[in-house]
Amino acid sequence: MSEFYTALDNLALLPAILLGVFGCAIFLLDIFSFPAVRTKHRLAWVVVAAEAVVSLTLYSQYAHLQRTGESAINAFHGMLSIDGFALFFNAMFVVAAVLTAMVSPRYLDEEGEQRGEYYGLILLAQCGMFFLAATTELVTLFVGLELMALTFYVLVGFLARDRRSNEAAMKYFVLGSFSSAFLAYGFSMLYGLAGSTRMADIVTAVSARPMGDPLLLAAVAGTLVGVLFKLGVAPFHMWVPDIYEGAPTPVTAYLSVASKAAAVAMLLRLFEGPFAASRELWEPMLAVAALLTIAVGNLAALGQTSVKRLLAYSSVGHAGYILLGLVAGNETGIKGAILYAFIYTFMNLGAFLVLIALHRRGVRGESIEELVGLSRSNGPAAIAMMIFLISLAGIPPTAGFLAKYYIFLALIQTQHYTLAVVAVVFVAVAIYYYFRVIRAMFVQEPEELPILRMGYGLRVAFAASVAGTLGIGVFAEPFVRLVGMSLLR
Amino acid sequence: MANHLLSIILLTPLVGLLVLFCVPSSNKQALRLVANVAGLCGFLISLPLVFRFDRTIVGYQFLEDVDWIPFLGVRYHLGLDGISLLLVMLTTLTGFLAILSSWNAIHDRLKMYYSMLLLLQIGMIGVFLSLDFFLFYVFWEIVLVPMYFLIGLWGGPRKLYAALKFFLYTLTGSVLMLIAMLVLYFQHHAQFGVYTFDIEKLLQLSMPLATQQWVFWLLFIAFSIKVPMFPFHTWLPDAHTEAPTAGSLILAAVLLKMGTYGFVRFSLPLLPDAASTAVIVQVVVGLSLLGILYGAFVSLVQKDWKKLVAYSSVSHLGFCTLGIFALNPNGISGSILQQINHGISTGMLFLIVGVVYERRHTREISDYGGLAHVMPKFATVFAFAMLSSAGLPLLNGFVGEFTILQGAFERNPWWAVVGVLGIVFGAAYLLWLFQRTMLGQITHKENLRLPDLSLRELVVFAPLIAWALWIGIYPKPYFDVLEAPVMRIVERVQPGVYPAPDALRTVEVANQ
Repeated sequence: MSEFYTALDNLALLPAILLGVFGCAIFLLDIFSFPAVRTKHRLAWVVVAAEAVVSLTLYSQYAHLQRTGESAINAFHGMLSIDGFALFFNAMFVVAAVLTAMVSPRYLDEEGEQRGEYYGLILLAQCGMFFLAATTELVTLFVGLELMALTFYVLVGFLARDRRSNEAAMKYFVLGSFSSAFLAYGFSMLYGLAGSTRMADIVTAVSARPMGDPLLLAAVAGTLVGVLFKLGVAPFHMWVPDIYEGAPTPVTAYLSVASKAAAVAMLLRLFEGPFAASRELWEPMLAVAALLTIAVGNLAALGQTSVKRLLAYSSVGHAGYILLGLVAGNETGIKGAILYAFIYTFMNLGAFLVLIALHRRGVRGESIEELVGLSRSNGPAAIAMMIFLISLAGIPPTAGFLAKYYIFLALIQTQHYTLAVVAVVFVAVAIYYYFRVIRAMFVQEPEELPILRMGYGLRVAFAASVAGTLGIGVFAEPFVRLVGMSLLR
Repeated sequence: MANHLLSIILLTPLVGLLVLFCVPSSNKQALRLVANVAGLCGFLISLPLVFRFDRTIVGYQFLEDVDWIPFLGVRYHLGLDGISLLLVMLTTLTGFLAILSSWNAIHDRLKMYYSMLLLLQIGMIGVFLSLDFFLFYVFWEIVLVPMYFLIGLWGGPRKLYAALKFFLYTLTGSVLMLIAMLVLYFQHHAQFGVYTFDIEKLLQLSMPLATQQWVFWLLFIAFSIKVPMFPFHTWLPDAHTEAPTAGSLILAAVLLKMGTYGFVRFSLPLLPDAASTAVIVQVVVGLSLLGILYGAFVSLVQKDWKKLVAYSSVSHLGFCTLGIFALNPNGISGSILQQINHGISTGMLFLIVGVVYERRHTREISDYGGLAHVMPKFATVFAFAMLSSAGLPLLNGFVGEFTILQGAFERNPWWAVVGVLGIVFGAAYLLWLFQRTMLGQITHKENLRLPDLSLRELVVFAPLIAWALWIGIYPKPYFDVLEAPVMRIVERVQPGVYPAPDALRTVEVANQ
């Protein structure tokens, strides 16, 4: 191998290569191996197999770090940096992708849209996320982001005969491109500042600039708009409810956890990296955005009648709490943001699982009314859903409490008392709408009982989400330690 | 085994819960049996606490201390002192009685009902046993969910409203408590370099008065909502009225005590300077006195039997907070005893409403009258409960109220004057209630054939009556048990004002 491409580069890039190869392989398998529609659901197992291999390579990267004692595998002259942070986020993406793939086949069958490329796209989206978490270079970051976004545009519009799905895809595409343009604009300013696209070079250039520098301001503003859009933060959250509602529910689940986690990774990479020196400039902006997000998300969720939209608005609110971790800015806060994204993966995916199970041909299974009486027709599912909702609301002993707790911990530690009090009060607001769903499932008397269709994959996904939501809450120590390790530099 | 007594007490309801899950929902008799056995076991297992409790030990006993989340300095730290001993015994007893009293009252979704009661039991016991603030908070929040379902699923006509109101009120308070807790946590780190939630270690903090006051108000909101103190009491009448009998019983007997316990365990000892500031004492005592009178006045005009008892709780809990913020030994020990008394008396009053509601399905006072003719045993029990609640000498209520007023008088005679007024009005609405429901002629012919108390119902009342008599006639053991922990608290808020009794001092010397 030449000096431009070493064995270490190979190791660093391996997960992305595998994701790309498996993704494309699924496109081919779709045509050649599983031509019949009723066999296409087996492609979900190909995804699971691919993720198993990817996990192995991630593990070998981890083992390499442990063996050498280095903090990161720096590959391609510092374009990729496989550190604890990248590995942790990628593990999260693996979990999200596996769970999504497992619950999708029955949903697509019901919709009559069982097409193989769906499973390939899941992997390609994950490939983009890999770069968001692992790169330390702006162009790579942008390409990774676009790869993820483009696949999601397709996935959101995957129900070709469903108007809402098409509309959502179109909206997402237009708004997403718009926000990407902002990001590119911000990046171009950064390049102008530093003469390089590597974050390491930009750090020095940014810290050399005075605080009121208009060029710096333009760079920060452009980047911030782009990133906050992806994260679904107010005032750039308008797309969230429509796209979450229109997309096929498994895609919504995937979008809400994996894409959000990837955006968090990107946010932390950029704002704890190149922009760290100009914290005074963006911290107030982020604080305002975070509070606005928490307020808008939680207040708008109050009046929703569709569980999908309710969860969409609640996910806007959750993004606000994650941002607060960055606003606090100390180690606890960053840890809190990562932990939040991690825990959110389990509890939010879990909440969407019930909607997926409820979905049948001709039955959307999205409104709160359709959940009425779930505790009578399917007790375990109702209890699981209750655990997810209680966790989303942040009530101990579930993991969601730990996530919120960490954010408050960081805010108090950095003496952001006002932010902490406001954020805490909205926890009580959130209780109101989460409990509307719980009330529907347990308290209200049904006219006809909702029917859940649970396949094997769905059951496993349910069990995994419940185990994650309760397990992280009760046995917090190893997970908190893991998050701590992800920050070792 | 013996060293883990507290954990065993805490986990007994959990074992019951797991067994309950294995019983098929269709087998109602088995469900009832399992739940009652679990409740009884929970009570019996807690009895050794009484016999093995050593009142000469200053501080906590039966300690258990294990790392839970070392990364955050959170520990699974349990312990018991005289205050928590009484409250834990009250919890295990009323927990069992709540289960027993529901035998005929609940027919729907029994499995969930009993599992919620058992889950509630875990949360309540955990609150009183935790010596780690974080652990305390976790148990405090665990209590909310089962109570929501108890009210929301088996409650009266406005159950959904009441359940949500209960949940939102308490949760708002408790998230503010979370912030207070974190401030203390970081203060401890700033002063000692150690992250901990351990209550004993947090006691070493010395904070400026301004910080203490901030923390105090945050905690105050949390605890006073739970108590509930005027003007945060509005959730209580709704929750009590709509809850099923067992829910009201537990709500009155134990859940409200979590708030007063919070004052005694956290606000006073952790923030002694703030808690003894004139402004704070005046505000809290003022609200307590307002609550006493307001609760009594509103009770006087109630047409709904259960609502009357609910508002009487506001009045009685006013005495408890009055006693605590008298900040002297009499006030605080009287307050704790009164908390137990309120659990017994008001618990009985709610059970009594439950008994007639089960038979007649109405709570309007005007639908009754002359019941003493058809239900003599019931009338006797009611008379007993009413007199104990009104504070008749030789019954439990008298001892508690008298001690509280004694404490209040030491601080400011006018507080005692208002308090006495509250007792007078209290006697008025209770006696009038008794008169309207039990005495006179039977005005509704549906009431002519009401069955008297069954054996099971008598068994539910018997331990409460016995306990009320014991406290009323011979309260010394209670004051003995409370002496050490109360003196510790008083020593924190008013150092050197009240000399420690000789018995305790010798123990402390011996310990050194």
